[in-house]
This record gives sequence, C-alpha cells and structure tokens, in this order.
Amino acid sequence: MGVGLQVTNLNAWYGTNHALLDINLPIPANGATALIGPSGCGKSTFVRCLNRMHETNPIARVTGSVRMGDIDIYADVSPVEVRRRVGMVFQRANPFPTMSIYDNVASGLRLNGFSNRRILDEIVERSLKNAALWEEVKGDLKKKSGASLSGGQQQRLCIARALAVDPEVLLMDEPASALDPVSTAKIEDLIFELKSQYTIVIVTHNMQQAARVAERTGFFLNGKLVEFDATHKIFTNPGDKRTEDYITGRFG
Amino acid sequence: MTRQYKTSTAKRMWRTASNHIATGLAILSTILVITPLIVIFIYLLYKGASSLNLAFFTQTPRPVGETGGGMANAILGSGLLLAVGSALGVPIGIAAGIFLAEFGRGGKLANLVRFTADVLNGVPSIVMGISVYSLIVLPQKHFSALAGGVALGIMMIPTITRTTEEMLLMVPHAIREAALGLGVPNWRSVLSITLRTASPGVITGCMLAFARVAGETAPLLFTAFGNQFWSVNLNQPIAALPLQIYVYALSPYDEWHRLAWAGALVLIILIVVSVSLVRYVTTRGVLKGAS
Repeated sequence: MGVGLQVTNLNAWYGTNHALLDINLPIPANGATALIGPSGCGKSTFVRCLNRMHETNPIARVTGSVRMGDIDIYADVSPVEVRRRVGMVFQRANPFPTMSIYDNVASGLRLNGFSNRRILDEIVERSLKNAALWEEVKGDLKKKSGASLSGGQQQRLCIARALAVDPEVLLMDEPASALDPVSTAKIEDLIFELKSQYTIVIVTHNMQQAARVAERTGFFLNGKLVEFDATHKIFTNPGDKRTEDYITGRFG
Repeated sequence: MTRQYKTSTAKRMWRTASNHIATGLAILSTILVITPLIVIFIYLLYKGASSLNLAFFTQTPRPVGETGGGMANAILGSGLLLAVGSALGVPIGIAAGIFLAEFGRGGKLANLVRFTADVLNGVPSIVMGISVYSLIVLPQKHFSALAGGVALGIMMIPTITRTTEEMLLMVPHAIREAALGLGVPNWRSVLSITLRTASPGVITGCMLAFARVAGETAPLLFTAFGNQFWSVNLNQPIAALPLQIYVYALSPYDEWHRLAWAGALVLIILIVVSVSLVRYVTTRGVLKGAS
C-alpha cells in the first residue's frame, strides 16, 4: 500500500542557484499527483528531493522536511533506505545494458542481497505483469538484454524494475516524454492501474496527460509552487492568474 | 526560379573526390598499422618455425655444444611471472581506476594518483627492474620469481588504472542514477553496475597491460634473473621467455640463435592466444542486443 508525503518548507539549491523556494505540499496516499510547469521551473528538482536523489549531485543542498508517514526522510533514515521505499522512473528509459530483461527487473532485490530463486521468479513475473510488459517479453526473459527492447518497452521495463522492490511511493519524472503516442497511452493506462496500490507523483509537460491520470495537480513556476489543487479545478477554474496563463498557452 | 542551395557540378565533383580521398587515407593508415605486425610475424615464422618441435616445449636448455633442448622452463616461468604480475597489477590497477572515476573525482588525491600513474607509465622498464632489485632482491639477498612478478605487476598498474578510469567515466550517468534510485548502496552500484557496464573496456585495458609486460626483458634482468633448470619456486630465480631470447640471441652460437627465433615466435603466439582466450571467455555471456 502507498503512503502519503507531507512536504514542509522545502528549499533546494544547486550551488548558488536557489532552485526551490519554500515548497509546502501534501501528497495524498494511493493516488496520482501531477506536477506541471515550464522547463526549468523546479519540478524535476522537487521530485528528486522526495527520494533524496537531489543530494547525489555534489553541489546540491536541501533544507526543510519531507515526512513519509511518521518518518522524516531527511532526519530519520539513510538515503539508501529512502530510495528503497520511494521508487523512481526517469525521463529517459535507463535499463542496465549488460543485464537481461529478467536481471533488470530482479536487480533491485539482488543488489540488496536477496537471492531466493523461486521468490525472485514470482516477483519478476508479477512486476512485469503490473508494468504491462509480461506478454511481450515472457519468451526471452533471460535471452535478451534490456537495451534491446523498444523505447516504450524499455520504459515499462524500468517501471517493472522500480515496482519489483515494492516501493510505497513511485516518482515518475516525465516518464512518457520520449515516447510515441501508443507507448504513452500504455504508460498512462499503467499509471491509472497502479495508483490504487502506490502513491504516484508524476512530472509532465503534457497537460492532457496530467488531466487524464492525476486527481491532484501542482503548478510550478520559477522554483515556487504557484497552485496545488484538484486536477479538474486547476484545468477548469484555476485560482491563480499565472496558472490560467500557463494552461491556456499564453506563456511557457 | 533558381534554387540558391543547388551547387555547381564542379563543387559536387570535388565533394565526391574528397570523400574518396578521405576514405582512401583511412584505409592506407589501417594498412600501415597492420603491416608491421604481419611482417614481424611472417619473419618470425620464417626464422623460427623450423626450430620448433616437441622438444622445444618439453625440454630444458642443453649446455653449449649439445644440440636440441627446448625452452619448457622458460615458457612455464613466463606463465608464472605473468600470473604473479597480473594477481598484483590487475586488482590494484582496477581499484585505483575506480577511485579516480567514482570517489576521488576532482580531488587533490585523485589528481596526485592520476599524475603518478602517468609518470609511472613513462618510467623506463629497466628503471623498474632496478627499483624492484633494491626493494626486494637486495633485502632478500637472492633473485626470485616473486621479485620479477612484482616488477611486471607494477608496470601493469598505470595502464590498467587509466583505462579503467576512462571506461568508467564513459558509463552514462543515467545508469548510475537507475541503480541509486533502486535503493542500492553506492559501493554496490559502483561494483555491480558501473564496473560491470564498463567491463569490456576494462578487460581490454588489462589485456593491453598484460601483452605489454609479457614481452618485457629489462625488468626481469635483475629480478627473476633467469634459470637454466626447472623451477616453480617463487622464491628462486626463474626462467622467462624474453630473458632466454635475450641471452640466446646475444650468444655466439648458431644453434642458440635458432632457438631464440623460435622462442620469439612462441612468445608472440602465446600472447595472441591468451588475449583471444580472455576475449572469448568474457564475451561469451553477452546477451542479444546488449550495448
């Protein structure tokens, strides 16, 4: 089951560049939350703060708190522990090129020392089914490299890989931006399926996509969260002039 | 209406011609690179193949004046020296490369290590022999296979370190992020993901270093020293193919000259075979479509 996140006074920097300013945002459990905004507005930085990937950049810095259930991910646990519980799917599909499809999905568990073959088989099958990829790859799980799949399949493989470690939250940073409409539709269907079991945060440039998959939407501009509300409200009756300008295409 | 971008016939012909010239130059360079290797190999075959027989691989050298005999002890000795050298050079070289690419990036220590490796790469091999002589042979008061192996191992380190670093830096950042994003600890990600992704290049680096030191004579002169008899004792002087070739080639006897040629041929063949074998073994498991 998913767990909600509570972000309080989050600030982030890259060197001297203040990338996020005082973000306060509740992310409800078991639902999809979309983040929209023009390029460079801090959406990606924000999701990277939710699993502490932001700090893998040596010049990056964060203040504020992110609570996941009862724990503060910046104070109570290690980044490695956070990332086990908060999975991430990146903008560009990044399967491990030397690994087979099976090994890609099993990698998160194996690299953490889990090696029970029977249970791994089950988890790999379930994860690939959840990622709507099982039917397409079940014949050559161990024969083909993850890098030999098509772009859309690779991205679903990455989703399966993230699901295999059974995270509570799934962060998706523009997961469909490099994909064709058919693959995009598959990923969207998938998000729709998954959001009953996981808390999903999805960054997207595609406003129709946000409207289709997410119950709640946040609009970022210049490192600030301008507006956060129910998706239909954001798209039909936004409370802020800047949100309205952005979704109607007047800038950005 | 004339189209502005349409070029004249002369220009198009020049473009085609320059294309052919560039291709021709590339082919010519390739031939120039391969030719010496082929010429050397053919010459070695011509000079050495006639002296190759079973005895060469099974017998130890005979005293001056007697015909026959072989270099079995030198072949075995070279193998042992290279095994000791690789056991020392490969792990240290790879570990230092990992440090440079993954942990020390941009730090003072990393710059120092990188600089040292480059200087070490340029140190003449005879100097390496003398250094190991004073470090190991003098305190022990005798020549040994171990000292020879250490000299070869130290010579392997810089090549392996620098190629490992370059290859690790070529692994896309996205791959590292994928591993970290799964909650994999950094050290595990470096070993199981980054190093594994870079492994074809890293192995090439190790093979380059291996092939380079396999033919070295100078660092062995004062360390392994050479031996006319069977020895597998790491604590005793040991024979090595390059040493044996060196001694035989400088001797005044025709019989020994022929054996030196045969030894050179065997040395080259052994290097080619071992490099190909490692390549075959390490690429066997590569999957369909893996990059």
